[in-house]
Amino acid sequence: MTVDLQTKQPAQSLPLLQLEHVSISPKKMPHRLLVNDVSFSIEIGKTTCVVGESGSGKSLTALAIMGLLSNQLTLNGGRVLFNDAENGVIDLTKLDDESLRKLRGDKIAMIFQEPMTSLNPVLTVGYQIGESLTTHLGLRGEHLNSKIASLLEMVGIPAERAQSYPDELSGGQRQRVMIAMSIACEPSLLIADEPTTALDVTVQAQILKLLSELKTRMNMGMLFITHDFGVVADIADNVVVMFRGQIVESGTREQVLCNPQHPYTKALLACVPDAEGEKRLKPIDYSWLTGDHTAAEAGEAMHE
Amino acid sequence: MSENILVARNLVKTYTQRSGRFGFGSTQLKALNDVSINLRTGKTLAVVGESGSGKSTLARCLLQLQPLDSGEVLFQGQDMAKLQPNALRGIRKNLQMVFQDPFASLNPRMRIGEIVGEGLLIHGLGDSREQQKKVIAMLKRVGLTEADMQKYPHEFSGGQRQRVGIARALVLHPQVVVCDEPVSALDVSIQAQILLLLKELQQEMALSYIFISHDLRVVRHIADDMVVMYRGQIVEQGLVSDIYAEPEHSYTQNLLAAIPGKHVNG
Repeated sequence: MTVDLQTKQPAQSLPLLQLEHVSISPKKMPHRLLVNDVSFSIEIGKTTCVVGESGSGKSLTALAIMGLLSNQLTLNGGRVLFNDAENGVIDLTKLDDESLRKLRGDKIAMIFQEPMTSLNPVLTVGYQIGESLTTHLGLRGEHLNSKIASLLEMVGIPAERAQSYPDELSGGQRQRVMIAMSIACEPSLLIADEPTTALDVTVQAQILKLLSELKTRMNMGMLFITHDFGVVADIADNVVVMFRGQIVESGTREQVLCNPQHPYTKALLACVPDAEGEKRLKPIDYSWLTGDHTAAEAGEAMHE
Repeated sequence: MSENILVARNLVKTYTQRSGRFGFGSTQLKALNDVSINLRTGKTLAVVGESGSGKSTLARCLLQLQPLDSGEVLFQGQDMAKLQPNALRGIRKNLQMVFQDPFASLNPRMRIGEIVGEGLLIHGLGDSREQQKKVIAMLKRVGLTEADMQKYPHEFSGGQRQRVGIARALVLHPQVVVCDEPVSALDVSIQAQILLLLKELQQEMALSYIFISHDLRVVRHIADDMVVMYRGQIVEQGLVSDIYAEPEHSYTQNLLAAIPGKHVNG
């Protein structure tokens, strides 16, 4: 039995994922919005980068899409529309745990930030890659092993390393294993939460190249979370800039990087050192952060 | 004052690793293989390389936090590897270190005032009132307040903690500061603040930095000279501007090519 995974494609006219007015708050403080009215979309086969500092709500947004928010938090309002090939457009926030579990790892996959901590140390990497294949596609025995081998080779690890435990691999290799796990079922949406932040620049360059190759080959939509504008410049099609839970600017890569409109985006870009060393660094003036400003007010304050 | 404040010659450091099944075997790993560097007075020397290339071992060996197998480290002409522990402790206040991880390098059970003042206490610099004054002045200089002295590390953000780490290193008025990836755990916006602070302090206090990093954009910004390390050896060294313009070794070329976002710049 061979499994042909590329037969179904989602409807081309609609975006792959569409967030509409998503807000997240702690259950005990429903008025304190950690993510405030966030809307953006991801096209089929394109990469949308979410950029922001720590605490801007970018990881929470990703977890909300996956339905992985902590019990302390609640989604108050908003829809997450996923364009599924088989079932049409579905609102992920309305699904029960069982149906979500069927989607996760199969149609929507995620790569986490820390390759050191997100693999199980007592299981071989081959087993961990195979887990979702067994669960979602029912692969077993020979078929499973050959699929695992081909996945490992796809991410540039020799197939015999399937028998290795995570501690026998380097950081870059572990992140490749994470990637192999996430693409195992050929998801139509891949969420990558700072997948290269913990890695060396040379390894980072390899991983970014690998991700963009896979994206093209599988026609995968990607939500890529990062705080590094250099990475954005390399892989993004569209960019969303978040600040204190709100989107302050969004647009195509060229629009946001070359012609930023919001003062916060400008300030953030001015912080990035350039490779030529010609630019003077200008740190963000945080004096206006002390009060309880919203993003719009902060923007005004920065103009002055 | 001589031109080179810190000179290291032919440093060798070997680690013995347990290997094989159940760790019965052992392999020798050369973390530093005949490494020589010169730190010019008042300048910044960047040490660049990927993880495992021996950058952090070099930093520790320069400060004699780890014993060397062979080689000499000359601080103002004096070989530190040969000093007795007491004499070494005296000299150490001139050589300080800023660590990579602002979350792990501050004792969670000590107040900021105690953390920053500990070096003054150990080296017996001034009475307690003077020490207090110095701590307050240093905290203010790095952008914290007097009230912060009573707080514990967990009350601060990553950037603020790194400021505490810098204050702790600089309160002794050292001449050489070794910064081991001081900004790699921080957001770009905070990174820019800390880099500017380090640069200002270098001017004010006539510091010489050894700056360890794997981010070549940061190195370009802060360093005057650089050495590129690969597998325990120095493969290239010289002025930052020269190496960026014409990298000779293939590994350096790879590193420069790996800088993200080279082609589109905002």
